[in-house]
Amino acid sequence: MGQRRWHNLSETLIEWVIRLCGISAIICVFGIFFFVFREGADLLFHRFDIVQFLFSQEWYPTSQSHIRYGVLALIAGTASVTVLAMLMAVPFGLGAAIFVSEFCGPKMKEALKITIELLAAIPSVVWGFIGLTVMNPLIITVFHAPIGLNVLNGGIILALMSVPIIVSIAEDALKAVPDSYREAGLALGATRWQLIYRVLLPAAKNGLLAAVLLGVGRAVGETMAVLMATGHAVKIPTSLLDSVRTLTATIAAELGEAPMHSDHYQVLFIIGILLFSLTFAVNLIADLIVKGIRNK
Amino acid sequence: MSTPRAYSVETRDLNLWYGDFQALKNVSVQIAQGRITSLIGPSGCGKTTLLRCFNRVNERYGNVKTTGEIKILAKNIYDPDVSLIELRKSVGMVFQRPNPLPISVYENIVFGQRIHQERRAIKKSDLDQIVEQSLREVFLWDDLKDKLHERAVSLQLEQQQKLCIARLLPLKPEVILMDEPCSALDAKATRAIEELMISLTGRYTMLIVTHNMAQARRISEECIFMLLGELMEHSPTRELFITPRHPKTAEYIEGRYG
Ligand SMILES: Nc1ncnc2c1ncn2[C@@H]1O[C@H](COP(=O)(O)OP(=O)(O)O)[C@@H](O)[C@H]1O
Ligand SMILES: [Mg+2]
Repeated sequence: MGQRRWHNLSETLIEWVIRLCGISAIICVFGIFFFVFREGADLLFHRFDIVQFLFSQEWYPTSQSHIRYGVLALIAGTASVTVLAMLMAVPFGLGAAIFVSEFCGPKMKEALKITIELLAAIPSVVWGFIGLTVMNPLIITVFHAPIGLNVLNGGIILALMSVPIIVSIAEDALKAVPDSYREAGLALGATRWQLIYRVLLPAAKNGLLAAVLLGVGRAVGETMAVLMATGHAVKIPTSLLDSVRTLTATIAAELGEAPMHSDHYQVLFIIGILLFSLTFAVNLIADLIVKGIRNK
Repeated sequence: MSTPRAYSVETRDLNLWYGDFQALKNVSVQIAQGRITSLIGPSGCGKTTLLRCFNRVNERYGNVKTTGEIKILAKNIYDPDVSLIELRKSVGMVFQRPNPLPISVYENIVFGQRIHQERRAIKKSDLDQIVEQSLREVFLWDDLKDKLHERAVSLQLEQQQKLCIARLLPLKPEVILMDEPCSALDAKATRAIEELMISLTGRYTMLIVTHNMAQARRISEECIFMLLGELMEHSPTRELFITPRHPKTAEYIEGRYG
């Protein structure tokens, strides 16, 4: 009898632990959002000029005479580096995923996957270091630019950082396409390329889209590497060789100096909220697209 | 029956290895044109392997080695000048599990046109006509004419398998290979597919792998029995089931091993 009761009890306990694990993700997300929000709330609700915040390029948080918190240039910095990175990483990443899953032999595949995982494991500060010491002089000599820390540098570094994610998710998506589709296509006389763009890409499109969006998320959220590689100039870039600063880099660079609970400190948290909303929007849109495709 | 018989598929001393394992041993067979030939034998005896030699999809696996000769319409398909694409157009294949592509019914049927013709040479009206004609040939037109743009994978299994047959027809194949085409279907759907196959005799040479001996008897004129990679017996179906020549055949059709 006692054993029976103990058994039931542990069953219930385990069930609860598992349930807790399941909802912990939700709790964490809301918790983080709550704390970030709380730190910025005082300013946000009382004396905050949201128009200036979103539409002014003037970021002078420590000016003696006239403090201004405009993040337009920072948004432009994040956007320019992200777009450039994706222009390079998406075709390259998807191409690599197709190669790994459809074209190479088992040995080559193993070698490539290990290399890609290795690439993903490089810490971002190391990437920043590469941007600073390798890419910087390279860009200066190749483009005769006055400084090599700019959109191009940051974009390339971010592309290299997002490629492993894109490759591994996209490769999973392609691997999940049932082999019977490949056989159907081949038996109808399709060539390898026809098989890829007529059968595999349509069949795997949800997963491939997810891969791309995760890459975007990685690029938007990346901090250390872009902080080191983009030159730290608050301005809207007009060429690839202009230095910029991103939202994330601003938070990382200034939070340590801003006095606790000062306006500057709170504005940085509001930038955090902005970033949070941005990535949330990207994910939401991705979800909706994926659902839309599925319902069609 | 004094006229010489025409064969669509002929093999001579066909051997096939997966790595070190020999899956086909000296198979020499002639498949009569325009008829249904069934291929029976216990699991693992090489039926699928033999079938997949005829459109060379076996070559997908890296470790396959083949010797001997396969002639389809009097042409050796291992000759270097043979185009795999042309071969696969003239030798269609239907698989064990229905495998329509994850696109619409319409696009499944015109898939062959799309991959084998220049984009500019394709006329919408031609495609519409091809779709209607192919679906009529497999008795699906009335069921599906209002569902042409729905996803093919959402159809019932029987309809999916018929669709997989229908999509071969626009390529005007000579030979249709079917690997246990009814094993995923219920009895009623099986009958429907059998009727379809019978209606296609004369125009296409069909080679059907089946585990169902009653099915072999119902639909095929000739029957081949294989065992452990070897061809044991090839006779008219009726003879093979009533007076098998080989004792192993007799044992198999009496159900002594599976
Ligand atoms: N890709 C493969 N690699 C290695 N061995 C295989 C492969 N495909 C089939 N075989 C082996 O070849 C033999 C014949 O298989 P198969 O042609 O599928 O038989 P059947 O269709 O008659 O059941 C079996 O022993 C099977 O294990
Ligand atoms: Mg088989």
